[in-house]
Amino acid sequence: MPDVLVVGGGPAGMTAALAARRHGAERVVLLEADDDVGGQYWRHPPAGRADPDEGEWHHHWQRFVSLRAALLRDPGCEVVTNAHVWSVDRRDGMPPLVHALVGEPDGQDRAQRTFDPAALVLATGAHERTLPFPGWDLPGVFTAGAAQALAKGERVAVGRRVLVAGSGPFLLPVVAGLIRVGAQVVGVVEASGPARLAKGWGAKPWRLAGVGVGGKAVELAGYLRVLAAHRVPCRTGAAVVAAHGVDRVQAVTVARLNPDWSPVAGSGRRIEVDAVCVGHGFVPRAELAIAAGCALDGHGAVEVDDRQRTSVPGVLTAGELTGIGGVDLALAEGLVAGAVAAGGEPAPAALRRRAVFREFATRLAAAHATGPGWRSWLDDTTVVCRCEDVTAGALRRAAGSTRSRGLRSLKLTTRAGLGLCQGRTCGRTVEDLLTGVLDPGRTANRPIAVPLRLGELADHGRTGNREDVP
Amino acid sequence: MTDIHVEVDGTPVAGLAGQSIAALLLASGRTSWRRTREGRPRGVFCGIGACFDCVVTVNGLRDVRACLRRAVDGDRVELQEDDRA
Ligand code: FES
Repeated sequence: MPDVLVVGGGPAGMTAALAARRHGAERVVLLEADDDVGGQYWRHPPAGRADPDEGEWHHHWQRFVSLRAALLRDPGCEVVTNAHVWSVDRRDGMPPLVHALVGEPDGQDRAQRTFDPAALVLATGAHERTLPFPGWDLPGVFTAGAAQALAKGERVAVGRRVLVAGSGPFLLPVVAGLIRVGAQVVGVVEASGPARLAKGWGAKPWRLAGVGVGGKAVELAGYLRVLAAHRVPCRTGAAVVAAHGVDRVQAVTVARLNPDWSPVAGSGRRIEVDAVCVGHGFVPRAELAIAAGCALDGHGAVEVDDRQRTSVPGVLTAGELTGIGGVDLALAEGLVAGAVAAGGEPAPAALRRRAVFREFATRLAAAHATGPGWRSWLDDTTVVCRCEDVTAGALRRAAGSTRSRGLRSLKLTTRAGLGLCQGRTCGRTVEDLLTGVLDPGRTANRPIAVPLRLGELADHGRTGNREDVP
Repeated sequence: MTDIHVEVDGTPVAGLAGQSIAALLLASGRTSWRRTREGRPRGVFCGIGACFDCVVTVNGLRDVRACLRRAVDGDRVELQEDDRA
């Protein structure tokens, strides 16, 4: 029985596992779905293709290398890679049982492991949000994160002439990554206008000079230099509002936006590209937290107290799951969550850093929050749910003609969110499109967190593998 | 860095050991390798296992996310069509 089980091997999970050990946990298990730790932030090619210049691809790479080394040499910490947590069983007054399948992604014959932890730290991160627009389901339209994952993890460029668009500072490292793998970036387009950017980033600028946030300014300046050196035109207050092509993207329309993100009529301009990368912020990966019974805030993030504790006894969270805040906040939250999970007192320095980077996150949210006018990018024929080909028109019609006000019934009527991805891609969009029409609900409610083969499920009943049984 | 060979719908395609199947397919010039029930083409979208747009059949096993599964020498990859409505 592990004292502390950590789910997710990104920055938050790594520091949480180490802090738990330092604060007295005798056995810590860290579960990571990928075949190495590091998360999306420190995504890198596999061991056999290691790049000696890897440090140039990442910020804080040395920090990662030493965190990983510390985890791997600690005999009290077991790092389980290729571990896919597919369900958690709630129990009264204590953390849930956690079921994982260990082996190849989407494989069969994976090994079953069930954990009965004294404390559970969820550090499952976030995935990107992409707002729909006509043509966004054409091949050649990628999330910005996909471009970054393929550049950092595979050294593959998603296209030759690429436009990067959306909102948030994450777009800048994506541009830098694309340039490194040889793509020509024809432009980067930020939806928030100059006034809102200045207000969000510029408020109380002296606070930015606090612990370590100065590093953020240096980082930003570095990206802007890359943009200038490669003559990448940068626009604010604009968005990709359509992608064009037959079987793949050939061009996009970029339009000027009003402050609410609705397009300025007649401002559209066509740009030839063979790929476009779009990201409009991130959605916490909350399915395990929801299944465990953790309360969420109004933005779909897990609610925590000042010790990273959720509403469920013995369950803590750290990183993007508590709200989108970036790597520095994730590292600090992990330190706090790990210490508390082991029954210890978090280090004051970790608490201070957490406070500073939380404020930074609040600024980012203010500067880049999604404007409601994006809804007018869609026409009735625009696909919203990519898996089941459900259009905006079909959703609106179904919502208008049914007497039920529940999200669940809308999903059953239209099939939106019922396809392979289970609403990971369209869920937030569907919730937003139907605000005011339906009762509020969350699509991230998935009792089975990742798909698994029926044969594996059948085996689960047969094997007695609970790890608290000697 | 070892070269590997996989079969994509019967055609041999060269790749690198450790590459994801999605990266291998993209590097081979393919941008889509699946069609939805309405016949819309799909390939990589999220690149991190969240969207399931990239699923392929690998060695006879359906619905494998190409962006997560690493290619292994000798893999047989088949492009997948959803059952038409
Ligand atoms: S590209 Fe989204 S799951 Fe593979």
